[in-house]
Amino acid sequence: MKVPAENRPLPQSPVTFRRVEYSTCYMCACRCGIKVTVENERIRFIQGNPDHPVNGGVLCAKGSAGIMKQESPAKLRKPLLRKPGSERGSGEFDEIEWDQALDMLTARLAKIRSTNPTELAFFTGRDQMQALSGMWAQQFGTPNWSAHGGFCSVNMAVAGLYTIGYSFWEFGAPDWDHAKYFVLWGVAEDHSSNPIKIGLEKLKRHGAKFVSVNPVRTGYSAIADEWVPIRPGTDGLLALAIVHVLLSDGTIDFESLSRYTNAPWLVIDAPGTPEDGLFARDADGNPLVHDERSNAFVNSMGADIRPSLFGAYTLADGRAVRTVLSLAAERYLDVRYAPETVAAECGVPADQIRNIARDMAHVAFKETIELPIRWTDMWGRTHDRVIGRPVAMYAMRGISAHSNGFQTCRALHLIQMLLGALDGPGNFRARTPYPRRIPLRSLPENDPAVIFAPNTPLKRMPNGNPTRPEDLVIDAEGRPLRIDRAYSWESPLSAHGMMHMVITNAANHDPYPIDTLLLFMANMAWNSSMNTSGVREMLKRKDAAGAYAIPFIVVVDAFHSETVNFADLVLPDTTYLERYDAISLLDRPISEADTAADAIRHPIVATGRDVRPWQDVLVELASRLKFPAFTLPDGTRKFASYRDFIVNYEKLPGIGFLAGWRGENGESHLRGAPNPKQWETYIEHQSYFSYQFPENMRYYRYANKDYLEFAEKHALFGTPPVPVIMQIYSEPLQKFRLAGRGDYPGPQPRNAIDRERLVRYFDPLPFWYAPLEGARIPRDEYPFHAITQRPMMMYHSWDSQNAWLRQILSANRLYMNRGAAHALGLADDDWVWVASHHGRIRCQIRTMEGVEPHTVWTWNAVGKQAGAWGLAADASESTAGFLLNHLISELLPTGSDDERRLTNSDPVTGQAAWFDLRVKITKAAPGETGVWPVFAATGPLPHEATARADMLRWNAGAK
Amino acid sequence: MKLGLVIDLDTCVGCHACATACKEWNGASAISGPLSDYEPYGAEPSGVWFNRVRHFEVGEYPASKTVNFPMSCLHCADAACVTVCPTGASYKREDGIVLVDQDKCMGCNLCAWACPYGARELDRASGTMKKCTLCVDRIHNDELPEAERQPACVLACPAHARFFGDFDDPGSAVSRMSADRGGFGLLEELGYQPVNRYLPPRDPPEVARKAIAPDRDSAGGAGALQRLIDAAKRFAVR
Repeated sequence: MKVPAENRPLPQSPVTFRRVEYSTCYMCACRCGIKVTVENERIRFIQGNPDHPVNGGVLCAKGSAGIMKQESPAKLRKPLLRKPGSERGSGEFDEIEWDQALDMLTARLAKIRSTNPTELAFFTGRDQMQALSGMWAQQFGTPNWSAHGGFCSVNMAVAGLYTIGYSFWEFGAPDWDHAKYFVLWGVAEDHSSNPIKIGLEKLKRHGAKFVSVNPVRTGYSAIADEWVPIRPGTDGLLALAIVHVLLSDGTIDFESLSRYTNAPWLVIDAPGTPEDGLFARDADGNPLVHDERSNAFVNSMGADIRPSLFGAYTLADGRAVRTVLSLAAERYLDVRYAPETVAAECGVPADQIRNIARDMAHVAFKETIELPIRWTDMWGRTHDRVIGRPVAMYAMRGISAHSNGFQTCRALHLIQMLLGALDGPGNFRARTPYPRRIPLRSLPENDPAVIFAPNTPLKRMPNGNPTRPEDLVIDAEGRPLRIDRAYSWESPLSAHGMMHMVITNAANHDPYPIDTLLLFMANMAWNSSMNTSGVREMLKRKDAAGAYAIPFIVVVDAFHSETVNFADLVLPDTTYLERYDAISLLDRPISEADTAADAIRHPIVATGRDVRPWQDVLVELASRLKFPAFTLPDGTRKFASYRDFIVNYEKLPGIGFLAGWRGENGESHLRGAPNPKQWETYIEHQSYFSYQFPENMRYYRYANKDYLEFAEKHALFGTPPVPVIMQIYSEPLQKFRLAGRGDYPGPQPRNAIDRERLVRYFDPLPFWYAPLEGARIPRDEYPFHAITQRPMMMYHSWDSQNAWLRQILSANRLYMNRGAAHALGLADDDWVWVASHHGRIRCQIRTMEGVEPHTVWTWNAVGKQAGAWGLAADASESTAGFLLNHLISELLPTGSDDERRLTNSDPVTGQAAWFDLRVKITKAAPGETGVWPVFAATGPLPHEATARADMLRWNAGAK
Repeated sequence: MKLGLVIDLDTCVGCHACATACKEWNGASAISGPLSDYEPYGAEPSGVWFNRVRHFEVGEYPASKTVNFPMSCLHCADAACVTVCPTGASYKREDGIVLVDQDKCMGCNLCAWACPYGARELDRASGTMKKCTLCVDRIHNDELPEAERQPACVLACPAHARFFGDFDDPGSAVSRMSADRGGFGLLEELGYQPVNRYLPPRDPPEVARKAIAPDRDSAGGAGALQRLIDAAKRFAVR
């Protein structure tokens, strides 16, 4: 039976004016292309741009909800100055004019710059303009700059860049079209929003197998063909057990190892000497290999050689050497890394480990892909096809956020190198401007004479990639020169800085006091800090005389975050639909594996508030302070605005922030003279630029002559082009280890704990060690690992102000394995105390099956301080939401009595070890209900409504 | 015509993109917008949505599966909501879409009680019932580029888990996909003939790993090292 059908006239929209604009989303870090329909000057519809290289027309929940971010009542309206006599943190402000704000800030910064530039610390959060903010800090002359990478994904970046020349997260992507076996390691469901979803669907459509290694089965893991519920922090052990099986079975790519990795390089065996563990090199510094043809030791970079992959040799001068692969095979064939040995620690059965390794090997070697593409290698040999071993991997926070994450990430790259599964069809592939040479030639500024020079830019950027102890940013006594202690003995390769240590160190005046802390778009008084309660106290700390330990705090944000309340001066930013932005190849570009790409944003709607884009304010401050790069020889400003700066600034001749439509008439791409109409041309072309590489430049770019020569010409690689030989064995690590042993002919650490850490953790071959926090506390007392993730429809702290997204989630629970909960006598909705070595919280649990039994987890950053983010004081985020951050210390538990407190970070990279957290869980007493701790509500900002509308009837531009 | 959706549970990751895209298109649509939100910045935010994603688990650890399940109006061929409507506000169009005529609806809730799928939501501000329109003002809209004449949820879905088409046409992509993948309707036994089809998760692909695994175990040790060394000698490179 059917109901009868009829047609009736439909109501029509009363739209009088409609326009369509293309821009770039900023609801998270993916930077998808958006097509925005504006009706009657209000945003009507945001959809994915069908032509865009990142998202191809689709759009995630956040992207579509961009309208509600634009409508958010948490938008800041005008510069704010802390009310005279009010306490910092109370959120009491007066509105001031921009002139007053900028005059005040300029005077303060000018004084710092002319006396001691290190007294300015400038740290940024979800920043997509690090090329500009880093350049600004360099021109100011302070080493105290970084973005938030130190507490986000620096382990992935450094492990990748020191090992394969590109990295997980932004510098590479899986080849979704060709991969037949895909392993997703520790990727929370919020990361890489649209690209991973698009990619997983492609894999499924062509019948690839998708394996997810993750203690929690939600999001992407929900649709995995095989779920590997691993114990947090043991991924490296699992990876090295896979290596063990591959080596035992002999299923490795000898040819690829021989050509593209340092497997045959010779390592000097001379314990107790300064060259122990370094590569044997020829007179020109080229690493040597043993050539089987000539039975001689020859330059590893030569073409007509047949390097021995295994062997121990004696050089002509009598030095004993062994190949890298001999050292590696000896280590990983040991029973220590056998599946049976690691199974209990990882929580993964030995058979499953063996099967994963053999699945990988089968796909790599028996399901090989050959594409009829001619290409030429760096030795000048032309090949008539590319061969793909179609195993791809991707990894993120679950690997990164542990104190063993650097070595774990290296272990993942080791699997890829052994399989020959890098940058070929079906592999994890590089995104331009990667791969880069190993090690990168970008050292952080570390000359005290430059750093302390008044009114002088740094000669190098504040951040970089140290390769040896001489590159550390320390003084002659070995003390850190940076406020975050980045690049000190404690965290030598902290290439993204250590934002999570800035407030603690600044408040403790250790290593020194600062004057001004400038925070852009980082919620350090809430979910972006470890030890949130402690950090909030430190932000307010006063000395005996009543002076603040951190004298002046400037917060730049578009929205009323918890951190805004701790500012002395608030500079209100614009939204992503209101300003110009360049998503640059000099920064964090949107390139895909086959394309070099960048993008822009441009103002689509008027602000209607007295706010300014932070980029414009940076250019204004740089001009007022007369930074050389921003000032003409006659002392007048060089750039009228950010828009003008982007068009006319050249980093190198012909190289600017935007790569498309360069040249006076827009005729050149990637390199060319400034084009005065560049913004207009981008806008005409849907706000993105994409250069597609011809087929011969798409694969094996670490050794692809045409690609590397092209990349060099367009400043995407460096000069000269050289093969990027992947580093199974990392010599820079060994140099630091020699310093720890006291054998390095250069700087050496002076105290025992630093020496010990260098010797232990700077192993030149990947290895696994237990996460640091867990190793310093009784495991039985804190039996659970506690981790977090963001839901797919929210990005960090941003989206609880979003009227639509908070309807999907506005409070969080602690999720536990049902069986584990029952064993503790716990059931759904019970209130529990969760305690770590550092603190405790109270929250409510929910049980589930899809979580590893020793793991508990929750949604991060759903909990909010009452009064922030434009929410009512009784919003569920503040009455029922909670943060795990209170349990996580930025410092490790003390190891021994005479040891100074160490950062709770990876000892190699300084990456914040969020996921090392261990907790115990006990049922709250009867009557103990409600989340704890709770923070008092702050008052409304000037002109912020005290009451919230009880109904929203959004209808865009309709009358 | 029998217009409707195919929803692929094998690729749906539960991201809510369909739900918010729907909310933004239909919120400002003349058909039934605005879609009211209650306490949008207050204690218990809620509102009118045409599409909601449920999440549930099947089985026990470690063999448990997490299923993401988007739910919206299924545009039943024999729609109980239409049958019970006392004012004639609920009706079925010739293209198969079930709509609510906002001018005729008095918000009596009978249709919501009749619908076994919970697909209807009463807007407390307008006092009328609202539901999925299959974006009727997109799919037949000549002002939109042809490729965009799709429901907003289908256009947005990042995992391409949603497809729109005519189930009356056995050659349409949705009909073929449903036939090939064992598409099923919800609560078919109730007899309302729901049009939307769900595709079940597929069986995991098998890798023929036995073809590469040696007979011995992976014990490592000196024997394994010697085998590697021997194998390496067989490769002439550079």
